[in-house]
Amino acid sequence: MADFDVPVLGDHPLCSVPAIKPGAMHGLKPFAVNNPMHNTDLGFPGALVENWEAVAVAKMGELLGKYRSLQVFLDSCVKCGSCTDKCHYFIGTADPRNMPVARQDLLRQIYRRYFTLAGKVAPGLVGAKDLTKEVLDDWYSYFHQCSQCRRCSVYCPYGIDTAEISMAAREIMDSIGLGQKYTNEILGKNIKIGNNLGLPPPAIRNTLDGLEEDVEDATGIAVRFPLDVKGADVLLVTPSADFFAEPHIDGLIGYAKVFHQAGISWTLSSYASEGANFGMFLGSYDNMKKAATRIRHAARELGVKRIVVGECGHAWRVAYSFWNTLIGPFDFLDPKYPAPQHICEVTLDLIRRGALNLDKSANDHRVVTFHDSCNVARASRMGTTPGGQYSIPRDIIRASCNHFVDMDPGTIHDQTFCCGGGGGLLTDDLMPVRVKGAYPRMQALRQVQQEHGVNYLAAICAICKSQFLKVLPYYQFDRDMIGGVHQLVSTAIQLGTKE
Amino acid sequence: MATIDVNGKSFEVDEEGYLINLGEWNEAIAERFAGDDNTQLTPNHWEVITFLREYYNDYQIAPAVRVLTKAIGKKLGPEKGNSKYLYELFPYGPAKQACRYAGLPKPTGCI
Repeated sequence: MADFDVPVLGDHPLCSVPAIKPGAMHGLKPFAVNNPMHNTDLGFPGALVENWEAVAVAKMGELLGKYRSLQVFLDSCVKCGSCTDKCHYFIGTADPRNMPVARQDLLRQIYRRYFTLAGKVAPGLVGAKDLTKEVLDDWYSYFHQCSQCRRCSVYCPYGIDTAEISMAAREIMDSIGLGQKYTNEILGKNIKIGNNLGLPPPAIRNTLDGLEEDVEDATGIAVRFPLDVKGADVLLVTPSADFFAEPHIDGLIGYAKVFHQAGISWTLSSYASEGANFGMFLGSYDNMKKAATRIRHAARELGVKRIVVGECGHAWRVAYSFWNTLIGPFDFLDPKYPAPQHICEVTLDLIRRGALNLDKSANDHRVVTFHDSCNVARASRMGTTPGGQYSIPRDIIRASCNHFVDMDPGTIHDQTFCCGGGGGLLTDDLMPVRVKGAYPRMQALRQVQQEHGVNYLAAICAICKSQFLKVLPYYQFDRDMIGGVHQLVSTAIQLGTKE
Repeated sequence: MATIDVNGKSFEVDEEGYLINLGEWNEAIAERFAGDDNTQLTPNHWEVITFLREYYNDYQIAPAVRVLTKAIGKKLGPEKGNSKYLYELFPYGPAKQACRYAGLPKPTGCI
């Protein structure tokens, strides 16, 4: 099935630390932007600029001045080794350059050469290096083998966040015209059209009409999927994959059923039809702001009182952690509700208040486990108590089905492993690193499959869902195992019994 | 820019093998793409390809997988209106592989 080695799953839920294979992933890199428009749409040079070394160093200086954290991260590593075996890409590829410290050092060596006294005077003594084409190639390769999942930062005694270093590296590369095709093309569509897929409004409406028909055929209940309805209470912003892909669309059906039964008036927006915000993957504040601004604009135009975010990992990080400074203040929304609010917060609150009628036995054919998505688990929160981002989705699952079991404690909550496709890596040209990076998660999944008969892997992130759909078969799992949390709700909810 | 030759004519394709100029598409190109994947196009493949092209013509975008499965179910019978069947026809994923054969751009996003 694969023209590369796929790790073999063992019996223990945690993968052992591999013997290193230097250079194992050397040279693997995603397609760079070829069509200049994919860069210029984002305000970057269309192709590699002539004096790229000087521009890159200047950009690094700008970022160091702007983000104090970046300089602290580059200065404070003591090479203790805590992070070395924590990255799923290292565990899956054995390439020592996929150890988080080695990834950081790719940037750190240049930082030292141009921004520290020791590196300027005696570069050889402090691991400082000139910025050469060879270094740039390494950057492009290995900063696209990082999904910015932040697992390593959990174990770092200094709290060094490799994701932030990776974002800075990508921002520098974009600033000299070396952009990644997948992320940049998509972000351009989001900024220009309103969603990552480039779905025009009539296509969204057509898809939603089809879903209304399907749900009514299946349940006999006319559940609406409203689009651009002025005066609705809730604006739902969800990843556009929820309109397009499987199994994502079953989650969208779940949200609609929840709103329907609870009697909440809601709408989607064709102008802001995307929750995802790839600006974060590039570390590009300006582009992140442009994408997010469409959402504020839509919320004001439609006159909604609440903004709810669907199942999307980094969308939730951007919304929860950055929206307030990007597109706030939200003083035009109803202060009784959190702004923004996660769909899981909405649903669990309704369950607790008895507003939803769920028949758990409808999911009796499923034995469910939950994959904590990295951006939700380590970069945001839900609810009003610490750890709400772990407990809330699980509480919804337990309310929707009878058979739930967690994977090994070392692979969930803040220790969760990335699906392997986050951070702009969900592209076919990176399939080897995506498959290998999924290894630790697949290993933990295999154990609960063998011990408990797990046959449903629930996630609340569009990237996780697409990634698992693709990689599960490489590990001899059925691809249909992956689904959303709201897909379980959708199965369990008894329409027509409450409204 | 890479090119492919079909029946003595040259066509531009992108890094991932998708046709650059959508207007240039013809059935021989689809056959060629499929042949490169060791796939023989059957009438059922053509049902999918034709539907994709018609939908793209109407909406300037490929249909959602759910829209596609429903349409195929109506044409070929309900037992074939599901992603599993589409994966049998297009093992690399119905959205991306079938779009490539149909001469449409690659669907992008978290898919």
